[in-house]
Amino acid sequence: MHDMSAHAAAHQGPPTSFVRKYIFSLDHKVIGKQYYGLGLAAVIIGMVLSWLMRIHLGWTNYPIPGLHLLSKSGAAGDVMTPEFYLQLMTMHATFMVFFVLTVAPFAAFGNFFLPIHVGAEDMPFPHFNMMSFWVTFVAFCVMVSSFFVGDGPTLGGWTQYAPLSAVGAVAGPGEGAGVVLWATSIAIFCVGQLLGTLNFIPNVLDLRCKGMSLWRMPLPTWAWFITSCMGLTAFSVLMPACIMLILDHVAGTSFFVASNLVINDQLQPHSGGSTLLWQHLFWFFGHPEVYIAIVPGMGIISHVLITNMRKPMLSHRVIVYSLGALAVLSYMVYGHHMFVSGMNPLSSLLFSFPTLLITIPSTILVLIWIGSLYGAKLRINSASLFALGFISMFITGGVSGFFLAQPSIQILLHATYFVVAHFHFTMAIAAIFGIFSGTYFWFPKMWGRMMNETLGKVHFWCSFVGVYCIFMPMHYLGLAGNVRRYQAFVVDYMQPLVGVHRFITIAALFTGAAQLIFIYNFIHSRFWGEPAPDNPWQGTSLEWSTPSPPPHDNFGGRHVVVYHDPYQYGVQSSTGDYVMQDSPEQVQTAHEEP
Amino acid sequence: MAKLFAVTILIIAILSAVPILRNTWHPMEDISTHGQAIDDQLSETMWEAGISFLASQIILAWFIWRFSGTKLGEKTKSFPGGAAGLVAGAIILVGLEVLALGIFGVKAWANIYFTQPGADAMPVQVQAGQFAFYFRYPGPDGKLGPLHADKISETSQNFFGLDPINDPDSKDDIVTAEMAIPVNREIRLLMHSKDLSHSFYVPALRIHQDFVPGLDLQLHFTATKIGRYEIVCSQLCGLGHYNMKAYLSVMSQPDFDDWLKKEAAMQ
Repeated sequence: MHDMSAHAAAHQGPPTSFVRKYIFSLDHKVIGKQYYGLGLAAVIIGMVLSWLMRIHLGWTNYPIPGLHLLSKSGAAGDVMTPEFYLQLMTMHATFMVFFVLTVAPFAAFGNFFLPIHVGAEDMPFPHFNMMSFWVTFVAFCVMVSSFFVGDGPTLGGWTQYAPLSAVGAVAGPGEGAGVVLWATSIAIFCVGQLLGTLNFIPNVLDLRCKGMSLWRMPLPTWAWFITSCMGLTAFSVLMPACIMLILDHVAGTSFFVASNLVINDQLQPHSGGSTLLWQHLFWFFGHPEVYIAIVPGMGIISHVLITNMRKPMLSHRVIVYSLGALAVLSYMVYGHHMFVSGMNPLSSLLFSFPTLLITIPSTILVLIWIGSLYGAKLRINSASLFALGFISMFITGGVSGFFLAQPSIQILLHATYFVVAHFHFTMAIAAIFGIFSGTYFWFPKMWGRMMNETLGKVHFWCSFVGVYCIFMPMHYLGLAGNVRRYQAFVVDYMQPLVGVHRFITIAALFTGAAQLIFIYNFIHSRFWGEPAPDNPWQGTSLEWSTPSPPPHDNFGGRHVVVYHDPYQYGVQSSTGDYVMQDSPEQVQTAHEEP
Repeated sequence: MAKLFAVTILIIAILSAVPILRNTWHPMEDISTHGQAIDDQLSETMWEAGISFLASQIILAWFIWRFSGTKLGEKTKSFPGGAAGLVAGAIILVGLEVLALGIFGVKAWANIYFTQPGADAMPVQVQAGQFAFYFRYPGPDGKLGPLHADKISETSQNFFGLDPINDPDSKDDIVTAEMAIPVNREIRLLMHSKDLSHSFYVPALRIHQDFVPGLDLQLHFTATKIGRYEIVCSQLCGLGHYNMKAYLSVMSQPDFDDWLKKEAAMQ
């Protein structure tokens, strides 16, 4: 551990111009907020797209007023065409997975709080950090632009399975320029995230302040560190895969297209490629990506719960080891997405065992969270409600993983709504509950004002009940064999299920509308909220030892020294039932771990 | 509010379990010889997952109910046994569950993928293309002729790209838009994609397999119940994906022979 924080900060005094302060800022806190804003913009787009999809699934030929403005060819008379449905579905998932679930819990909160948590004054490479955001922003713009180029965005799903994605416009609308823009955007996105991980990892390893051993880092920082290590390897695989996909379009290569394919009676000019190669490359990224989305949330809700339980988790180390185990195992399980893909059936069995094994660290995490609630003095507020909601969602999503880990059961459930339910509960909704929990908890620190608690609780109740109404019935649809990615249900045995889809649509519209409460609360509190004290939740970690919002160099020129483990609650100190990490006060603690 | 939250979790957990216990939505009735093992596996997993789900949600709700609210002077307590007991419990309980599911699951999977079709299994070729399935049966010679991608033509209805003039094996091949098979007769399914990835999903048959362009796969199964079922595509293949389906008729052997004769006459 080297104290390089002063060195890093020496290169950058407080900026004075508007552009350097708010736009091309080197300050990790501004970059964190920029990422948060990007995530918010993307989640609004993603949510509106999901509304359109859900209305269409419930009432297929119902015109949606104004839809033609989004696509003249895809929604003539405001009625959605099959291809436009698939395009919206693809973009919903793409925006959500990349620009919300990766950006918000990892890049936004991680940027803002990781350096503060370890007592650093900034990231080690602030210029890289600035580039990381702006490169990601360019990726976002490229993705949005695909709505307005040619025949619209790609319809191939966020997984972009080849050869549908690799043969060009002959395969359908959006499969030409749409795919090239998609792959370009994602390749650029990977560069942005790699630049981010290259800051996060050395920040943790080299910029910790005096006294901040690795085990004294708070749990979100451990989670961001582990996520960075996953991101470094996962995005490094996805980026070249996207470049190969682009080359198949523009350079006449055939990485992912086999010989002798005939589309629209035209023999395709490709030969020798492998259909399954794309799936292997994509899922080698794709499964760690699930954990890139969820692991930061696990760290965040642990942090929020500890503060609101007024006691540490049963074991700090067990949580860290479990997060690490999830990260390592995440590379060994990706084949469970491909059980019936046509890969060697023996591989399916080999991928099945680590997939089943990954339930062990997941179960340990859940048991530690629930076990830690025992004997707590639990405070109920918006942040802790969303954190507890996260646990409930993660349990629900986790148990459905038992089914999908088994190749034989996937014969029934693969590519059905059961899978949609499973991944929404885990990587999507649980992760988003983690984002909300972090937002209600850290908003005072990030923006210097308190959020409205009443609105926060109303937002929670609508979201918690609403989400269960949306996604729980999808399990039942999956059991009945309802295939996903269908724009209408013309198959005989699926037609009786349309009523369930209508119920889900109504729940989705209601839950989506409830998010407007959050947006109102966010904007109103940002400008007119009550000024926040430095430590509104009586927290112990370093972000609460600095003003709200923190000054440019985080600690106002103070060289922070850490004396305690991160979560010294349930003690008797001069401040109450907790002692802050940088307080030299010696206290007797019942929790002597680590 | 904590108590209300605890009750809400409880209600949601119970309401979620009701349709499962009442079997409101369930997999289609199995009509295959290998499907029972899959259904048993599903049922066992449902019990284990269901108990885990209910137990976890109920304990979560209970602890939220019991330990919320700040009580002045009351000290926080630790879970009896601490983390070590929970970790050991998770490893033992989930480990056993995983082992049981994993090991028994192998059998259900192996029934389909690690067994060879019998010598008298009836070959049927299925070809997937945007957005239809076509089926091919060997004629009296018992042989399927080779495929020629350059001869595929929707307009001349040469869906498979056959060349009966130069390939004698293709002359008596029977191409159909629906699939029919005799009941209780083993089928050797030869899967070929002409363009993109598709899937052959027949929930009633407990068969689900993707088509891989450039790689022809084989499956074998036996249907045990006469009836009309649906084959659907579950692998996103373009704008008509939702409409890519075909019917599978399971018939008695004489009915099947008649059907095949009629189809042959129409070639």
